[in-house]
Formats: sequence, C-alpha cells, structure tokens
Amino acid sequence: MMKLIKYSKGYRVECIIAPIFKNLEAILELLVPLVMATIINVGIVNHDKNYIIRMCGCLVLLGMIGLACSITAQYFAAKASIGIATSIRHHLFSHIHKMGYSEIDRIGTSTLITRMTSDINQVQSGLNLFLRLFLRSPFVVIGSIVMAFTIDKKVALIFVIAVPILSLIVTGIMLGTKPLYKKIQKKLDKILSITRENLTGVRVIRAFGREKEEEQNFHKENQIFTRMQQRVGRVSSIMNPATYIVVNLAIVAILNTGAGRVNIGTLKQGDVIALVNYMSQILVEVIKLSNLTIQVTRALACSKRVEEILDIENELEYNHAKIQRENNEAVRFNNVSFTYEGALAPSLSGVTFQANKGEMIGIIGGTGAGKTSLVNLIPRFYDATEGDIQVLGRSIKDYSKEQLQSGFGVVPQRAQLFSGTIRSNLLLGNENATEEELWDALRIAQAEEFVQRKELQLDEVVEQGGRNLSGGQKQRLTIARAMVSKPQILILDDSASALDLATDAALRKALKNSTKDMTVFIVSQRISSIQNADKILVLNEGNLVGVGTHEDLLTNCSVYQEIYESQYKKGETDYGKSK
Amino acid sequence: MGSRNKRKTKMQKETLFRLLHYIKPYSPFFMGSMLCAVVSVVAQLYVPIQIGKAIDKMITKGNVDFSSIYDICKVIIIATIITAISQWIFGIFNNRITYSVTRDLRNDAIAKIEELPLSYLDGHSTGDLVSRMIADVDQLADGLLMGFTQFFTGILTIIGTFCCMLYVNVVISLVVLLVTPLSLLVASFIAKHSYKNFKLQTEVRGEQTAFINEHVEGKKVIQAFGKEEKSVREFDEINSRLQKVSLKALFFSSITNPATRFVNSIVYAGVGLVGALSAVAGGITIGQVSCFLNYANQYTKPFNEISGVVTELQNAFACAARVIAFLDEPSQTPDLINAMELKNSEVNGCIELKDISFGYTKEYKLMEHINLSVKSGEKVAIVGPTGCGKTTLINLLMRFYDVDSGRIEVSGVDIKELTRKSLRSSYGMVLQETWLKSGTIYENIAFGKPNATKEEVINAAKAAHAHSFIMRMEKGYDSEIVEDGENISLGQKQLLCIARIMLCLPPMLILDEATSSIDTRTEIMIQNAFTKMMNGRTSFIVAHRLSTIKEADVILVMKEGHIIEQGTHESLIANRGFYYNLYNSQFEGIG
Repeated sequence: MMKLIKYSKGYRVECIIAPIFKNLEAILELLVPLVMATIINVGIVNHDKNYIIRMCGCLVLLGMIGLACSITAQYFAAKASIGIATSIRHHLFSHIHKMGYSEIDRIGTSTLITRMTSDINQVQSGLNLFLRLFLRSPFVVIGSIVMAFTIDKKVALIFVIAVPILSLIVTGIMLGTKPLYKKIQKKLDKILSITRENLTGVRVIRAFGREKEEEQNFHKENQIFTRMQQRVGRVSSIMNPATYIVVNLAIVAILNTGAGRVNIGTLKQGDVIALVNYMSQILVEVIKLSNLTIQVTRALACSKRVEEILDIENELEYNHAKIQRENNEAVRFNNVSFTYEGALAPSLSGVTFQANKGEMIGIIGGTGAGKTSLVNLIPRFYDATEGDIQVLGRSIKDYSKEQLQSGFGVVPQRAQLFSGTIRSNLLLGNENATEEELWDALRIAQAEEFVQRKELQLDEVVEQGGRNLSGGQKQRLTIARAMVSKPQILILDDSASALDLATDAALRKALKNSTKDMTVFIVSQRISSIQNADKILVLNEGNLVGVGTHEDLLTNCSVYQEIYESQYKKGETDYGKSK
Repeated sequence: MGSRNKRKTKMQKETLFRLLHYIKPYSPFFMGSMLCAVVSVVAQLYVPIQIGKAIDKMITKGNVDFSSIYDICKVIIIATIITAISQWIFGIFNNRITYSVTRDLRNDAIAKIEELPLSYLDGHSTGDLVSRMIADVDQLADGLLMGFTQFFTGILTIIGTFCCMLYVNVVISLVVLLVTPLSLLVASFIAKHSYKNFKLQTEVRGEQTAFINEHVEGKKVIQAFGKEEKSVREFDEINSRLQKVSLKALFFSSITNPATRFVNSIVYAGVGLVGALSAVAGGITIGQVSCFLNYANQYTKPFNEISGVVTELQNAFACAARVIAFLDEPSQTPDLINAMELKNSEVNGCIELKDISFGYTKEYKLMEHINLSVKSGEKVAIVGPTGCGKTTLINLLMRFYDVDSGRIEVSGVDIKELTRKSLRSSYGMVLQETWLKSGTIYENIAFGKPNATKEEVINAAKAAHAHSFIMRMEKGYDSEIVEDGENISLGQKQLLCIARIMLCLPPMLILDEATSSIDTRTEIMIQNAFTKMMNGRTSFIVAHRLSTIKEADVILVMKEGHIIEQGTHESLIANRGFYYNLYNSQFEGIG
C-alpha cells in the first residue's frame, strides 16, 4: 500500500477534505442522542411543549447540515479514489511497457491483465470506502465513548470494556481472511488463463473433439475457486453475530448499572436512553466497519499484487548519453554466449562474427539452433550472458534506449498487428511518415497490391490482432511497418514463412534493391531466402558452425551442405547447380 | 423514449428471471436463509421493546424495580443469542448460494465457448469475452451477496418494525408511514441515474480490457518500435474516459446514502416531536418513547442500506445482462438428432466437394461452385498465393464453418449428417498457428488421446522428432509449458503439434503449413514419418516447399477462392501455367 500512496499525488487535497467532512457529519450525528436526552429530561418532564418543538427543529437542522457535509465528502472521496485508480492504471500500464523481454516471459500475459483490470478496480472501491468510512467509524466509536463519559463515568466503563473486544473481533477476522483473499485472486488468474486458452485454442480443441474435457477441467478449477470463496465467506460471516452479542451484552450491563444509578438519583431516564443509543450507534458503526474491513482487506491484497508488478525492475540498464556512431562496421559479436533465465543449457555459446554496413546477412540452422536468440541480442532485447556485442563500433551498452530503438527495425516470427487501420499500424514504425513513404514500404514488402485492392486502402480497418487478414498479409504488413521506420539495421526473423515462394523471392529482390545502406539480417529455414546474402551464419545447437557465402559454405560447412541437400535433392532439380 | 424504457425494464425482468433460474437449484438454502432472516429480524425487534420496558421500571430516585429489570435482561440475552445464531446461519447460506450461482454461470459460459460457432469467436475480441466471464461474473457475485444479505433483511426489518410500532402506538406510526414514500422516491430517483452511469462504466471498462489485452500481448512489438509512449497515450485516452464515467457513476450512487440518511433524520425528529408531545399529554410512557426512537432508527436504516444495495444490485444487473447476452448467443447448429458416428474403421478416405459456395460474410462470396473429388488414400497438395482460400477450404472440411450451398461428402455421407466430433476426429490436423495448452509436454502430446500409454506418447514424440529436444529439457516430458508456450521455440511447438497427431493416427490428415518453422533437415525426417503415416490415408497438405508438394498425387492450384489448375506436378509443369511460374520462382537467382 505504501508504494501506491505516491500515486495519490494530485489528489491529496481530496483525500483530506473527504474524511474531514465525513467527520463533521459524524459529530453532528453524535449530538442527536444528547438533544433527544434533553427533550426527554427537560421537555417531557417539565411539560414544555415549546422547548420540545424547538429542539426537534434543531434535530432537522442538524440533519440538513449533515446532508451538505456528507454529499461534499462523497464527492471528494469518489473523485480521489477514481483519480488515484486511474493514475495507478496509467503507471502500471507504462510500467509493463518498460519491462524487458525476460521479465515479460517470466510473468505471463494473463496475470498482467487481471492485475490491470480486476485488481485495480478492487483497489478503487476499497479506497473509496476507506476515505468515506474508515476514519468516520472509529471517530463515531470514540466519540460515543467520550459522550458516555460526559453522561456518567461509571456506566461509561462498560463502553471501555466493550469497544476493545469489538475491535479485537474485527481485526482478528481481518487478519485471518487476508491471506485467503490473496489466494482467491491467484486462483482467479488461473481461471482467466484457462478461459483465454479455450478461446485461442478453439480450433485445436474442436479438431480433437476435446470440448467436454476442457470444460471439465475448467469446472474442476472453478469448483476449487468457489470453495475458497465460500471458505472466506464462512469466516467473515462470524463477524456480524459476534459483534451483535457483545453489544447487546453491553446494553444489558448498561441497563443494570443504569438502574442502580437512577435508584440513587445520579442519572435520569433520558440519560439511560442516551447511553443505550450510543451503544447501538457503536454497533451500527462496527457493522459498517466490518463490511468495510472485508472490502479493504481485499483491496489491500489486490494492491499488493499491483505493487509486485511495479516492483519488477527492468534488468537492462541503458546509458543516457547520446553518442556518435561512426564506423564501417554494423554489428560485431565477440565470443557471445546467452542463456535464457531459468534454462539449463545456453542457447548460444561463444559466437563471434562481424557484419559490415550495407551487408545482407543470412542466418540459417535447425530448429532450436539459436537463430532467434541471436537476433534478439542485436537490438538488446536481452543482455548477453557472456561476451560483448558492438553496434556501429560501440558497445551496445553505451547506447540509450531510444537510440537503439530508432536504429533497428525488427520483424518477429509472430506477426502481431493492432486494431486500428492499416495506416495506424504502419505509422507505428514512424509517426511522421508521408503517404508516399508508406506506399514505398508496402511496395518493398510486397503488400502494395493487396492493400490497393482493399476498398479503403490504407484506411482499411484492422481488427484486434489482425484477425481479418491472412497470415501472409499480416507478415507483409509487419515487414512494411519495419520498413517505414527506415532502420539502419533490419532484422527479419523468419518473417516470410507464410509467404508463397514467388512473393518471398520478390520481397528479397525488393529488399536488395532498395536498401543500399541498410544492414539486413534474414533468419530463414529456406536456403533460397538467404543464398544471395553477403554472409551466411550457420548455427547448430547454439554454436556458430560456419560463416561465409553460399559457395564457401557449400564447400566447407557440412551442416550447410546437409541443409542444402535436404532442400534440393540431388538429381531431382538441376536448378541449384545450373548456373 | 417510452418504448425504450419499457424494453429496458423488460430486459431487466428477463435478466432477473434468468438469475432466479440459476438460484433455483439452491432453493433449500434459499428457504433456510429466508427463515433465518425472519427469525433474526423478529428476535432483533423484540429487544427494543424490552429495553423500553426496562427503562419504564426505573422512574426516579428510589423508584426502581430491580427484579423486573433482571427478568427483562434475561429475555434480552436469550433474544440476542437467537438472533446471533440465525444471523450466522443466514450468512453461511447466502455465501453458499452466491458463489454456487456464479460458479454455475462460469461453467455455463465455458460450455458456451465450446458450443459457439467459430464465426462468432473469430469475430469477437478475446479480451472482451474474458472480461465478461471474469470481471462481470465477479461483480455479479458481489452484488448478489449484498442483495441477499441486506435486501431481504432490510425489507423484513421495515415490515417488522412497522408492525411493532403499530402495536405500541398508532399515531406515531402514521407519522413514520407518511415520511416513507419520500425515502423511496429519493432512492429510486438516484438509482435510475446511477444505473445509466454504471452501464456506461461497464461498457468503457470492456473497451479498456480489450485494449489492455491486445497491447499486453503485443508488448514486445511495441517495445521493438519504441512506441511505448504512443501506446500509453492511447491507453490514457480510454483511461480518462473511464475516469469520467466512473466518477459520475460512483458519485450518483454514493449520494444515495446521505440523502436517505437525511430523510431518516427527519423521521427521527418527527417521531421525537410527536412522541414527546404525546408523552407530555400523558398518552405514552417515556420507555415507549425510547422504544419508538429505537424503532425509528431501525425502520429507516434499511432504507439506507437498501438504496445502497439497489445501486450495487443494478451494477450487478448490468454485468449479469452482459453475461446472459453472451450465454444467449446462438450456438452452432446442433448435430442432427439421427447424426451418424463416423467410425475411423469405416472411413475409406473418399472426399467429394459438390458445387460448394461459401463466404465469411453474406455480401462477399469467397468461394463459388467448387467441385472436387478426392479418392481414397490420395495426397492432395494445395498451393497458391497467400489469401487464395487454402485456410478456408480447411475450415470447411473440418466443418468449422458450414458451407452456404453445395455439400461435402466423406465416405459417401454428407458431413452434415455426421456428428461433428466423429467427423473431426477422423482428421488429424496440424496448423501453422501452433497452439499448446499450459501443462506438461506429456499432457500436450496426449491431448487427443488422454488414455495413451507412456510408451505410445514417447513413440509419437520420436516419430515427430521431438524426443531429443524434450529430453534436453530440465524435466523431460514433465516440463511445464507456460501460457502461450513462450518458453519453447516456434519450431519446437510445431514438433509437439505433430507428435500430438502422430499419437492419434486418424484416417485422414490436414497439414496446413505444418512444418513451416521447422528446419529442412528435421522436416525431411518428419516428412518420412508423415509419408509412412499418410500411406493409405487421404491427406490435404498446404505447403510452400516444392519438395513436399511434388510428391502429391493431386496438386490443387488456388487463386482468389477458385481452383484454377489441378493435376500432378509433371502435368502442371508441362502446362506452363500459373503453377509453372510459381515453381520457377523458388529457384530464381540460385547459383
């Protein structure tokens, strides 16, 4: 909670005003039994009708002032709690964007989403209640005790005994349920993740006819979740009856002691009524407080989960100074090794190579050979475990984050588009790109034709995740998006896999022709995609087993030869060797 | 306007009716809970009368009837214990009902997901659906619980208190009764306004959840382009809209409490005035005045609570309406009542497409008048530029979508006359988009055949050439695959998807770019396994690699939803048509 307090900045005034007005109202409410006692002790006993009417008018007046106070309080409480929740949401969202790839891998998407939504909503309603009632209720309780003392010190001792017992019950239940609420929220994450999985995997689930089993699996988790909720419910439902018993026992005690005091003449009837009223008021407040504690405990558990995310620091530290980049060399790897967090074996070991400006570098190798890991290290999505990576002659760690980002264009394996329009997706690469630049990029990415065929062309709507486009169209748009940013270094991580061969070939040709100064890394499974590269890196199980041109490698790299043969079986095609 | 209101109330009634249907199975608990509510309210109301009596036994100095007071105190204690016990049971029952109802709702929602036509799921955002199932149902639970615990006891308390007041004094009771409509009026006025705002809030929240879903999933891309700020800016726009609606909703709903409390203080003052004046006139005792004041408090308090509960309930209703709307989406057309089971042993692998037309939207037909006849055991390769309808053809074969006209026959039977489950399980499908569930590798391979032996699973993994990378993982087959399978590479995911099929060995195969992320050396080994597997099995293969395609018995060349060429590799090359150009482009610039 402490961490989240800093987000209350800008709402501090509201946070103070709300409880103040709420307490003003409480003071007015505390006066009511006293006024009523004088009506009985003075008005009724002296048969003074005018006094009674005056005093009742006074009660109405108290009510009106109370109304004004509490509306003010409600407004400020609502404003503060919503404002703070909005601010937390904003910070959490930007924080998620600041996290590195390894952190994102570790945490997972579902839980980030629950924390962004349901958890923050809980914090909001908890905060709202807290501002309105948490100060008010103890205030009324203490006020009642004080009032009781002004009436009769001996009877007031009953209050002094009853109130601690009541607070013990409330805090006990609060402490007991807190860990349970945290567990519940965690289970909710699990339920969320199963739901998402069922939605994203619907084709596979149906293809295997496993709908029923998936449903049952969900039922099982849901049942556990429900049991947890019910268990917490059982614990919290002790609260009301327990407090009720304590208060009524206290009232019985007041009646008995009060009777004795009336008998010796130190108290009047009206005073006993007032004392009973104060005790009932305490009960009302304790009930409110107990409902509140349940909500606030939940909110606290949720705020802790939000904080957990905010506490995750991006492990990569960037240099903030801008540096000049001048060198003929684009990228250099010096004995680089890399192991994913939590993985046993390294994904890359001892990789050394050099790529010059304007070169096209092909990267090929088997599944799990480390191709993606290698290209992910270049823009510093991850930090190398060992060794040194240089970009344009300087260590990669010397660059600021912005400089790195603007220098690279990365097209990942999975084509990810965002809802909006084709234009809005392309502009992600460079917000200031002109119409012409956008079409140029589309042309290079071989996407011009299909975009032209769309009714609205660049303004054609892209649905969430690019659902309304085919896999190949998505890939071409992601390539175009990277081209729009005119990067110095372009990385295509197997990003043409859904393209048919003709389109793939045309794409490579266009890239070659239009990117004279751009260094291009192409990761591919297909020899045909990389054989024209200036340099080809051959990876095998994390090791760099060959560097050179297509011809070099055909003669000196056995892994490359194998790959080549697997794609162009001897005798079956002469195309490979004809030229 | 009037008709819209009417429709709204009708919808609310419908929602309530549906909720009651969900509560029905728990009616014993519901009855028990009601009974406890009655008992606790009656016992609770009995206490002020006793307190009043006790006060009347202590009139002035030396005029106190101690023994009566003791007796009264005993009665109070007994009433208290009865109240406490019934309150406790009441709470437990309500918990049980609420959480069971929301559990049932969630279960029905997941069942609905499995039943909905794919066109619905393809057309709706995952985030929005998830938000309905999780956030809305959660909100509903909160609302229901409050509704149960406070709504009924509130109403009972009002009725009970009023009866007690009538019993003690008629005139003062009428004073209280006069003010009651005011309380209700205020409450309903506020409730109306806050319902509108709560609904708006739910909508904006749904929009925000969808946005979060998309941007959290795509955060790596956003980071790679350094567009975090832009994403945050867009988020802030929705966020500030949410802030505005939420403020309105929350403020309106929280006015209720002060407003009804103000009405209460008027009631209290009124009772004080009339009570005191009657006491002066000698109509009632001071104890009775005290008793009345107590009741006045108890009588008006539920109004307070109820109005609070009403807003909470309305919020819950708005959520329930969204959940129920989802549950009411039309399911896919059910299997025919006399639908046949397609037994794997009976599948001969003949597939006929007769004059098929299909479009994802009514306006635009993607495919028109497609005819195709595949003989048993044939290997059919589908090639063509991206977006030519390859994936659509698979959607139709698997009956993920129904054809608009024409018919598809498997082994001579229209697939609409078969159960979906048996039709689909006769195909083995490997898609380019790999999907694995979170769980162990073992569970994923055994997904289609959960009762497979360990040996079978390992053999399948070996056939798919996944065994060696699995063994290199920390826990081998028991390694956990995290959500979205982010801890293994795309190619490894494809190997697992293939192993999943290798285990089931269905009589027909659909391979949609099944090996696109697997390196060619491994692919050739898998191809061999596939070839062995495809022996005698009809198979459809979408691929870009000509080595795969060349071995096919029939090659379908598709373009813009039509089959433009059809034949073997040799005949198509000899044709010098579209396929010829496509084939040659692979080797452009080699050498």
